[in-house]
Amino acid sequence: MRAIVTVNGKDQVGIIATVSTLLTLHNVNILDISQTILQGYFTMTMLVDVSQADIPFADLSVALEEAGTKLSMAIHAQREDIFHAMYQI
Amino acid sequence: MLNHQNILETLDMIDHQHLDVRTITMGISLLDCCDSDPRAACRKIYDKITRKAEKLVSTGEAIEREFGIPIVNKRISVTPMALVAGASRTDDYVPFAVAMDEAAKTTGVNFIGGFSALVQKGGTHGDRKLIASIPEALAVTDFVCSSVNVGSTKAGINMDAVAEMGRVVKAAAERTADRGGFACAKLVVFCNAVEDNPFMAGAFHGVGEGECVINVGVSGPGVVHHALKSVKGQPFDVVAETIKKTAFRITRMGQLVAQEASRRLDVPFGIVDLSLAPTPAVGDSVARILEEMGLEVCGTHGTTAALALLNDAVKKGGVMASSHVGGLSGAFIPVSEDEGMIAAAASGALHLDKLEAMTCVCSVGLDMIAVPGDTTAETISAIIADEAAIGMVNSKTTAVRIIPAPGMKVGDTVEFGGLLGSAPVMPVHPFASGEFIHRGGRIPAPMQSLKN
Repeated sequence: MRAIVTVNGKDQVGIIATVSTLLTLHNVNILDISQTILQGYFTMTMLVDVSQADIPFADLSVALEEAGTKLSMAIHAQREDIFHAMYQI
Repeated sequence: MLNHQNILETLDMIDHQHLDVRTITMGISLLDCCDSDPRAACRKIYDKITRKAEKLVSTGEAIEREFGIPIVNKRISVTPMALVAGASRTDDYVPFAVAMDEAAKTTGVNFIGGFSALVQKGGTHGDRKLIASIPEALAVTDFVCSSVNVGSTKAGINMDAVAEMGRVVKAAAERTADRGGFACAKLVVFCNAVEDNPFMAGAFHGVGEGECVINVGVSGPGVVHHALKSVKGQPFDVVAETIKKTAFRITRMGQLVAQEASRRLDVPFGIVDLSLAPTPAVGDSVARILEEMGLEVCGTHGTTAALALLNDAVKKGGVMASSHVGGLSGAFIPVSEDEGMIAAAASGALHLDKLEAMTCVCSVGLDMIAVPGDTTAETISAIIADEAAIGMVNSKTTAVRIIPAPGMKVGDTVEFGGLLGSAPVMPVHPFASGEFIHRGGRIPAPMQSLKN
């Protein structure tokens, strides 16, 4: 199963490191990253493969959210299907 | 990979524009729960509902977490109770509502619909007993919703039932006078009721439905409103296209959630209801969409045309996004549940007559409207008759959910809280309709019914 991880908030040191470390810890493979910084505001979307993850997806999503809260950033993890459904026929 | 911008746009819809799935409703047939002993029937009803819907709430919550889409309500609809209770040797149908309520509490859903009777052409003994039990049933239960179908394009309007429902609405209000007539918020009087509606308070599981089914109601007035802000001043062609595109996305999301719920619960997928269902939250209002089209306040001249365009574009956009469309499908205009409608009614811009006109072009009817507590049963019946006539002639569903708030007068506000919101008490015409209602009998089905 593939999922999209989105990270939004004020730019700071260590955002990508924090997120990718957490993903590595749970054996989640990063397939693609897209990132922009606009006027100090950081947004990143990651396509990840969670099929080999060592915890259920719901728990991973909570772990990412909590990591985001520590950085004062919003981190969401959602199944990829929702975006395909809404933007592709 | 998916477009970065599209992903962020979706997140913005969820976080800031109230994009959500409004309800996953499990329809359950109770036809096999009939029993001549009412207590045995109630036990079977409770057992079947709790067995079938055991995992409904937890499954809904799991889907919510994985897809990151809020699913606001998980609900149950059942076979019209008059059909089930009719087999039992009893005159009091309140225990059947209590059994439904207990099952709702055990399964954790927030409403259960189907304390209903279909009497568009005439009522059986069971139908009459059920209708007589409605005020008490709604007063003693928390989550039970009731509906009565009094007319249809095929059958005409049962004016005896219309007269009776005026009295039932009054009695339900008086029975819950301490809560602003709250029972009436759980009671809908329909014309052309649909069998697969997932929305409350009018949901029931029709007899043409299968054993158990999953229906999903989408929402998203906030998303449509936001999209229209980007086409300010442009012609209606552009407005309609923008709404269609937005409705398509909202519905695709609903379809995905419906299929996922159906798969996980191992229950067939029924329909997606393409509705714009508002909530009292700021930024989740249908009235504000109409105002965004260029009206100073919802209710002024032009409101009906704006709503007609909105209703049509929502359906056109949604229909391709779902494999099976059903339910009520269209824009809802409940007064108390829509922040913009509340404001329009409180400012005096939105009247009952304009709302009636709006119901000719929207998905349902006069919804969540508070009127003075001294409004007579005959006047309420006449309001129901007008709505039923609109539904009958236009081959569409219409409904009345009206609250004659006990002790309240025009200018007061009834507070229901939660999704039901608050309703400013609106004036009704002071002239009597009693003689008209007392005639009774049936209004014949219109020419439109003769299609064969």
